[in-house]
Amino acid sequence: MGLTGLERGHRITNMRFSEPFERRFEEMVTHYPTRRSLLVPTLLYAQDEVGFLSEEVIAEIARRVELSELEVRNVISYYSMLTTQPRGKYNIQVCTNIACLLMGGEEILHHCQLKLGMGEKQTTTDGLFSLEEVECMGACCWAPAVQVNYDFHENLTLNKMDQILEQYKRKGTQSEL
Amino acid sequence: MANVNLTIDGKKVTAPAGTLLIEAAKCVGIEVPSFCYYPNLSLQGACRMCLVKIEKMPKLQTACTTLIGEGMTVTTDSDEVRQARKGMIELLLGNHPLDCPVCDAGGECELQDMTFSYGAAESRYLDVKNHRDEQQWSPVVYFDRPRCILCYRCVRVCGEAMDVWALGVEQRGVRSTIVPNQQDHLECEECGMCIDICPVGALTSGAYRYKTRPWEMKHVGTTCTHCGDGCKTTLGVRRSLTGSEIVRGDNRDKSGINGDFLCIKGRYAFDFAHHEGRLRQPLVRRNGRLTPCTWEEAFQLTGERFRQIREREGGDAIAVIGSTRTTNEENYLLQKFARTVLGTNHIDHHRTADFPALVAALAGQGERTASMREVFETPAMLLIGNDPTHQHPLLAWQIRNNVRLHRARLYLVNAQPIKLRRQASSFLRIPAGAEAEVAAFLAGQDSSVAAIASETSHQDWTAWRDQLRHEPKLVLMFGSEIRGDAVASLVKFAADLPQAKLICLGDYANSRGAADMGLYPDLLPGYHPVTEVGEFHRDWGGVPEKPGLSLPQMAAHAQAGKLKALYVVGANPVEELALDPFVFSRSFVVVEDLFLTETAAIADVVLPAANAYEKSGTFTNTCGDLQLVKKAGEVTGTKSDFEIIVRIADAMGAQVRQLVPFGRGSRADMGQSRGAHSGEADRHSVWLEARGLEPKMSPFDPMAILDEMQRLVPGYDVSRMHLLAGMDQHTSLAGSGPGTKHDPSRIMPARDDLFSSGTLGRYSRTLNALIENHHALAAEEEVAAE
Amino acid sequence: MADLVSHPDEVKVVSKRFGLGATHIDRYLELDGYKAVRKALGMPPDTIIAEVKDSGLRGRGGAGFNTGLKWSFVPKQSAKPKYILCNGDESEPGTCKDRLIFEHDPHAVIEGVMIAGIAVGAHVGYIYIRGEYRYVSEIMQRAIGEAYARGFLGKNIFGSGFDFDVYWHGGAGAYEVGEESALMESLEGKRGIPRIRPPFPAVVGLWGGPTVINNAETLASVPPILLGGAEWYAKLGTPKNGGTRLFCLSGPLNRPGVYELPMGYNLKKMIYDVGGGMARGRTLKAVVPGGSSTPLLTGEEIDIPMDFDALMQVGSMLGSGGVVVVDDSACMVKFALRIMSFYQHESCGWCIPCREGTDWLKKTLTRLHAGGGVGKDIDNIQYLSENMLGRTFCPLGDAAAMPTISIVKKFRKEFEDHLQGKPCPFEKVGAIEPSPVMA
Repeated sequence: MGLTGLERGHRITNMRFSEPFERRFEEMVTHYPTRRSLLVPTLLYAQDEVGFLSEEVIAEIARRVELSELEVRNVISYYSMLTTQPRGKYNIQVCTNIACLLMGGEEILHHCQLKLGMGEKQTTTDGLFSLEEVECMGACCWAPAVQVNYDFHENLTLNKMDQILEQYKRKGTQSEL
Repeated sequence: MANVNLTIDGKKVTAPAGTLLIEAAKCVGIEVPSFCYYPNLSLQGACRMCLVKIEKMPKLQTACTTLIGEGMTVTTDSDEVRQARKGMIELLLGNHPLDCPVCDAGGECELQDMTFSYGAAESRYLDVKNHRDEQQWSPVVYFDRPRCILCYRCVRVCGEAMDVWALGVEQRGVRSTIVPNQQDHLECEECGMCIDICPVGALTSGAYRYKTRPWEMKHVGTTCTHCGDGCKTTLGVRRSLTGSEIVRGDNRDKSGINGDFLCIKGRYAFDFAHHEGRLRQPLVRRNGRLTPCTWEEAFQLTGERFRQIREREGGDAIAVIGSTRTTNEENYLLQKFARTVLGTNHIDHHRTADFPALVAALAGQGERTASMREVFETPAMLLIGNDPTHQHPLLAWQIRNNVRLHRARLYLVNAQPIKLRRQASSFLRIPAGAEAEVAAFLAGQDSSVAAIASETSHQDWTAWRDQLRHEPKLVLMFGSEIRGDAVASLVKFAADLPQAKLICLGDYANSRGAADMGLYPDLLPGYHPVTEVGEFHRDWGGVPEKPGLSLPQMAAHAQAGKLKALYVVGANPVEELALDPFVFSRSFVVVEDLFLTETAAIADVVLPAANAYEKSGTFTNTCGDLQLVKKAGEVTGTKSDFEIIVRIADAMGAQVRQLVPFGRGSRADMGQSRGAHSGEADRHSVWLEARGLEPKMSPFDPMAILDEMQRLVPGYDVSRMHLLAGMDQHTSLAGSGPGTKHDPSRIMPARDDLFSSGTLGRYSRTLNALIENHHALAAEEEVAAE
Repeated sequence: MADLVSHPDEVKVVSKRFGLGATHIDRYLELDGYKAVRKALGMPPDTIIAEVKDSGLRGRGGAGFNTGLKWSFVPKQSAKPKYILCNGDESEPGTCKDRLIFEHDPHAVIEGVMIAGIAVGAHVGYIYIRGEYRYVSEIMQRAIGEAYARGFLGKNIFGSGFDFDVYWHGGAGAYEVGEESALMESLEGKRGIPRIRPPFPAVVGLWGGPTVINNAETLASVPPILLGGAEWYAKLGTPKNGGTRLFCLSGPLNRPGVYELPMGYNLKKMIYDVGGGMARGRTLKAVVPGGSSTPLLTGEEIDIPMDFDALMQVGSMLGSGGVVVVDDSACMVKFALRIMSFYQHESCGWCIPCREGTDWLKKTLTRLHAGGGVGKDIDNIQYLSENMLGRTFCPLGDAAAMPTISIVKKFRKEFEDHLQGKPCPFEKVGAIEPSPVMA
């Protein structure tokens, strides 16, 4: 009889995650009555390690949380922090929501675009930076603000922004050596 | 449940507590519009079309998610409500393409209808509509995102109702879109339910799209001809060069036993009817080759040879093989013709289930068979053997949705981890071939447990049996794995339960009908033995009383040179039963079929027959539900099996009126009152039906023999009115019998699944494309897995 | 790490440990930590609920529902486990207070969750923190670990015989998940689509069990209430608006920041005194009183007490405590567009009016702002917003419609100017000093 979709079960992948990832996963399994509940945080942690949610990551996580890949994809595409496309090593997220808008968030964004020579949702050729305009990140009282990966940079000026970019550029090139 | 009183638009309504407001409104004829609400699927509250005013609530409320409450006062037609509906339609139309004239759903689109009823003619939006290109997800499923209104019906029917879960929603906000499970294509059971349930033209069928406009079709509700479940299907028919062509199969008419359901075969595999290999002219063997001839020639030749053989060699020299996909009327007529005109009991068919054993076991127990509808309603079900998802898709749908909607208990016993295990409250896996032992164990033979379970689980089996014994209303379903004595064991077990009922699963569209109508060498209609003189003998003026030959015996008979003539109606034993064609080389073989099958290829006369979509009559599904078959398509040059049999009988010089009691007792209208339109049986029946007359005035009229069947075949005395009105009528086996015990090896299941082509499916282009696609996807995945 | 500010008018209840190193459990214990939960363990659950109810504490997430009343809806007996869910998915534009609580006083949230659990008979609590707050969730994880290490969490807490577990859970970027039923969906590993209500979470919540969902600030307010008493807390604020709340003052102010002020504190004073007045000598044009979803007030409408009822009276809402001031250099069409872009981006897409409405409003506002407006655009914006109002599946549709309606109504002139092809007078906000573009 021809089996379809879910009936055929999950794909086996060669995906390996780090030791801390596995520890955290094992612990989190005990926190919830359903495996599915691990999905969102696990996806984010996997993305932190791999850089993006590749086909293989999706297959592996689907297997672990006992969902179809379709369901995992449906969830991924809902959350704006999750991505199935590779990004730069440093993802610069510029807030332009109301408080930041009033304090120059758009200027910061334009500045970054000029400085990095690329548009929104693009990645520099060296793979170091990608740029994203994002919604309010909870830094309204310290606007304008950007997040580089998970790090907040607040009360920005264009000069400060330049320094931040320089800093990451140094860090990025050093760590490659 | 207690009743609740409320007022809707000033009308007093009383409905059971727990009723949704939208349903309560329906009871008093008030339509509350909705897109996302769909009975028996989960509630969404997403389309906001059903907003109504409920007194004491500040905001408008969705009628599809609100339960009725005592004293509730509801307004469904105020300015505020109308404005809300209009606002929703405006928003939907904002991004929806307004190219209705070229949309495949134009004319049968709920958005179009809603716009007409509630909507706005003007557009407020100047900006560019969001666009995405159309996608093809499978050979038959196309998705056009801009037309999609995100009602999520497709997602729910695929997941909740079909348990396939092949559709999802990706992205969010205005970018939200329905997506298939394999990113750019679907891998699923291809039931097409998503297309049927789509209110707009977002999901369209590759087998139908852009072929015609809905209003150019005539819609005929008939019974599907692909498996033994008997789904009602609506065939969209359009005139064509060769008669009338079926352009679409779908489920417009939800009144059938299948409700919303239709499977891959019912929906797409109607196109066998237009296969270029359809026979449209009789053939006779001349100088060793099959050569076209006229119907007159074919009838004369056949009648003459049959008459000669009967007169010279006696009926013993003639055998008949009947069909599992011709109508009850034709099957009844065929065996009556065999027995009374050809004078033989050598009649058999392709048996896929042991119905005679069931009848024998049920003797004296009253009505113990369940209808297809009951499967959806019973609180408990036991299924032994079979894989309904593939072999009885409607039965699987009934089981699945009974579990989902009524929390029914499903006890499953199978040698394979079949898909229905997901609905099972208990699933016991047994070694292949041990089904009979399960039956014996149920009947109380404790020693049988050794054959079905390891020692450690004996107790579980005993506990399981005890639990079953306490089921107040159990429906037992069993596949062809259960035959002969095993059937008797199951019936014995069922007899001790208060209200247990049974369903014996046979494979083809009218397998049950063939059995009920006596296509057996030893059994007359109603499983009455030929050896016992009864009503049939009296009514027909004599029946040969010696049991005839079964199919393999016929072959041996032929091999021995004793079989001078073989008449095959709608069967292909050479292919399906691996009958050696060469043994019939000395017999005069007449084959009636749609195609030049392997069996037809050895015939001396080949008669092109109409299929079940091209004639009228009745089918009995595997549960015993009797349903009407209506004429939809037409291929010129073919004749119904009914007419062919009558014409052969006539050519043999038989008394046709004795065979088909047409026009008995009333003044026959042979078409004279209809002038130029007279002459053809099925149009005749349509014409008579339209005037509320019972159409049994012509010798080719199946209704004439239905009269006799209803009179003589036990259990078939159902309401004629309801039957003709298109409703299913459950026949009873209670008065049948006494049945008999046959050699179990005579049961040869078809072993078809959703993705294999059956006797008709092999001629369906669309089905074959789907099968090919399915296997290609499976192969791809295997490669990827390695 | 976000900067802290202070002002003499502040009444520090929730923020009293900010900057004092209370992330460490020892320091937290020194500063009255885990006293309230011990007290709660000795109180009949009904008394705890009554105390919280009487304190006048209202949900700090924005809806302003009486917290004790919400707890009282949880059935005493339940076949399914009950849960406490702390909503720390802080995403309302203009709001950044929960981040400070998590950063400076994570144990207070844990303690609040525990007390809620004791009050309703739940044994598990989840603290949901938005994904962007990674460093904050690390602080929270450490704090939870400390509490377990001391035996404050887990089996038999404080030797009381009561078991209670607290887990941290992270989001991944979705404003809609701040809506309580969508929050549950997200925690269960699904798309953040709100649920049909009724049933309400207090009856059928996480995995079908009764669930109390409270904002982080709400829960952090509970321990002080139990220690100080309902009467004390209620008296800090105005009638029916008990206590204090964290106001996030942002926009072009001289001293923006998060200030804890009594409920009912005058808005004008808040802007000119606490916030230090408008920066660069600009004039106040408008105020967003409680996050981007609240109707705007003009500069003339601000002499009002900041509590739930007073704001309602002037046609706005207290919301989430995000006070964003807008000066006269800002374009209100642009401002409305930015708000609508946000809701268009964050709409979950479930229901028609929100999904399609936010998109068309964004399209129309974009065109209008760019100078391509036509005659009926302004009325259409109003009409569309009103069509969404009160008709969507969840409050997000209202959140998008309300500020838009107020902006168009109160600043219609600016829309008309755009329509008439006048150049946008506010094209350069100019808040940042120019800097040479580097190559």
